[in-house]
Amino acid sequence: MDLFEYQGKQYFARYDIPVSPGDVALTVEDAVAIAERIGYPVVVKAQVQVGGRGKAGGIKLADTIDEARTHATNILGMDIKGHLVERIWIEKASDIDEEYYASFTLDRAAKQHLLMLSAQGGVEIEAVAEADPDAIVKLHINPVDGLDLTTARQAAVDAKIPERALDGTADILVKLYRCFTEGDCDLAEINPLILKPTGEVHALDAKVTLDSNAEYRHPEWAEYSLTEVLDDREQLAKSKGLQYIGLEGSVGIIANGAGLAMSTLDVVNQVGGTAANFLDIGGGANADVMAAALDVINHDQSVKSIFINIFGGITRGEEVAKGIVEALGRVDLRAPIVIRLDGTNAEEGRRILAEAGIPESTLTSKPTMLEAAHAAVAIANGSN
Amino acid sequence: MRPLPLRTGAIEMAIFVNADTKVIVQGLTGGQGRYHGLRNQAYGTQIVGGVTPGKAGQDVEGIPIFDSVADAVAATGATASFVAVPPKFAAAAILEAAAAGIAFVVCITEGIPAQDEAKVYNTLVRDYPGTRLLGPNCPGIISPGKCNIGITAGEIAQLPTASGPNVGIVSRSGTLTYQALYELKQKGIGVSTCVGIGGDPVPGTNFIDCLAEFQADPETHAIIMIGEIGGSAEEEAAEYIAAHVTKPMSAYIAGVTAPAGKKMGHAGAIVSGGKGTAQGKMDALAAAGVRVGLNPTEAGELMAQIIAEMA
Repeated sequence: MDLFEYQGKQYFARYDIPVSPGDVALTVEDAVAIAERIGYPVVVKAQVQVGGRGKAGGIKLADTIDEARTHATNILGMDIKGHLVERIWIEKASDIDEEYYASFTLDRAAKQHLLMLSAQGGVEIEAVAEADPDAIVKLHINPVDGLDLTTARQAAVDAKIPERALDGTADILVKLYRCFTEGDCDLAEINPLILKPTGEVHALDAKVTLDSNAEYRHPEWAEYSLTEVLDDREQLAKSKGLQYIGLEGSVGIIANGAGLAMSTLDVVNQVGGTAANFLDIGGGANADVMAAALDVINHDQSVKSIFINIFGGITRGEEVAKGIVEALGRVDLRAPIVIRLDGTNAEEGRRILAEAGIPESTLTSKPTMLEAAHAAVAIANGSN
Repeated sequence: MRPLPLRTGAIEMAIFVNADTKVIVQGLTGGQGRYHGLRNQAYGTQIVGGVTPGKAGQDVEGIPIFDSVADAVAATGATASFVAVPPKFAAAAILEAAAAGIAFVVCITEGIPAQDEAKVYNTLVRDYPGTRLLGPNCPGIISPGKCNIGITAGEIAQLPTASGPNVGIVSRSGTLTYQALYELKQKGIGVSTCVGIGGDPVPGTNFIDCLAEFQADPETHAIIMIGEIGGSAEEEAAEYIAAHVTKPMSAYIAGVTAPAGKKMGHAGAIVSGGKGTAQGKMDALAAAGVRVGLNPTEAGELMAQIIAEMA
């Protein structure tokens, strides 16, 4: 789960990482009140989960109440690369001497944590990696050992961060590492990490991705799911506990297992179609789950056919078939279904479907994944 | 219990487990543990005990329950453990098994926090080098006719033959593992061992571990590998294959059409920063001499060709 900048900063503050004083606003009036409270100059920043806010005019400096009002008015409701700005963050403007970069992630190949630190911050780290790879210090941290202040300071030295910023940087690195580990982040990134003329180091931006598997031990995350950026289809699927990702195509996909679902997308694409979604119903494909899945797909106006791809391992074919028959009784479908049912008790399942008296205009059964994909794509493309 | 067709005096073809492997189930009294543990036993796996703290002295269908893994090991001589406990208990359960001297731990639990996984993996490497972890979030391992630990439906796995050729399967995805087993069964091709390594970011056992074992196993003659988008495990496997694997291979990578930045169900399945794409992985494997199919069926057909060429 990706956090907005303001949530990331609030999350950082829980771990004593210094951030600028500020607050979030949903309206112009609130924004002005926050600016008045903090004192000028303030920065008004669009809260969207996409890069390039500044270039799009989503970050503005305000020296007066009138400027704060103007910027808030302009930025709220702005469209930045397809993301609607619903919230703005107003914070005390900082004087900046230098800009650095710091992040912690998991390096899957090394199976250890990875610190990336650079004295060249404020730009995309990928650009730095391209232009001057030596400017980024990469330090692996064994999760069993963790990160101590001495190691963090040495990393800052290696990154050529100047003497007067070393202690402040090392202190923030240790705190950011704690936020990353104890806070269950997949990514904790500060860009830029700034050095002020006063010698203080602090986080001017915050990019945090939380590991949703750890949600059970973080009750404080509950508020984040309220602001999670999901389209209507994803919202509905989430409320039904389904693994769903909305895509742009016309063939609705239902499969059991993430790998098979991905594979289904691939096969649809190979035979000239486009998938409308990724939907993994997991192991237990009973009537409730199937009805919920069909309901979600049915809400997608662009779906022209539905491809149900089930391989029975633990999931048994006859249970899937019964689930579909029952679900059809509950959901009024807008698009026809093509099903491929294979694996454990598949024959029994196909028999149940055949004997249920479902018209062929509603459901057709195909013996293989490839044939089913052809049939579903033919319907979706209007060429049958 | 149904007798195992290949138990005694039979050929010993398998990696990591065999017909003599004694297995305990951590969480045998829970829903998942009971269901799959009993299924594994019905398949012929030697399930010798269960572990649930506070339930020592009880039994599940005659299988004795112990308070701790150490107690279970002392009483049964188990060398393998099947961990089927909820995510919040999984890390501790794996480490408990390792501390009790269990050599092979299979963890099917889905949804373990990545921070826990990273810590468990590195703790095993440092403190318990004698323990191999398979998973978490994996379907487990099956050596058809000998041992089945995990959630694979045993009946879809074709028994290996003494004369061969037999195929080893290693896969990152659960349902695609079943699909691969099924494709081979349809074609009557025997399977030596099928290993599901799981789709999480920090798997205890990776492709290379399995490829090395299959390469060394005299009864495995060819290998199918099933990967998916995300990370660089397939690319690393391709390097290893080019240098060390002489047995013929076919492969399939799921997620050619997956958009960047979206997790496709598995915590590990995400294309980020232009890395981990299916195409890059397919190209790397093809360059290493692996025959790469565009869908699971094609990978099965390519394997059938390989087997036909061996005859």
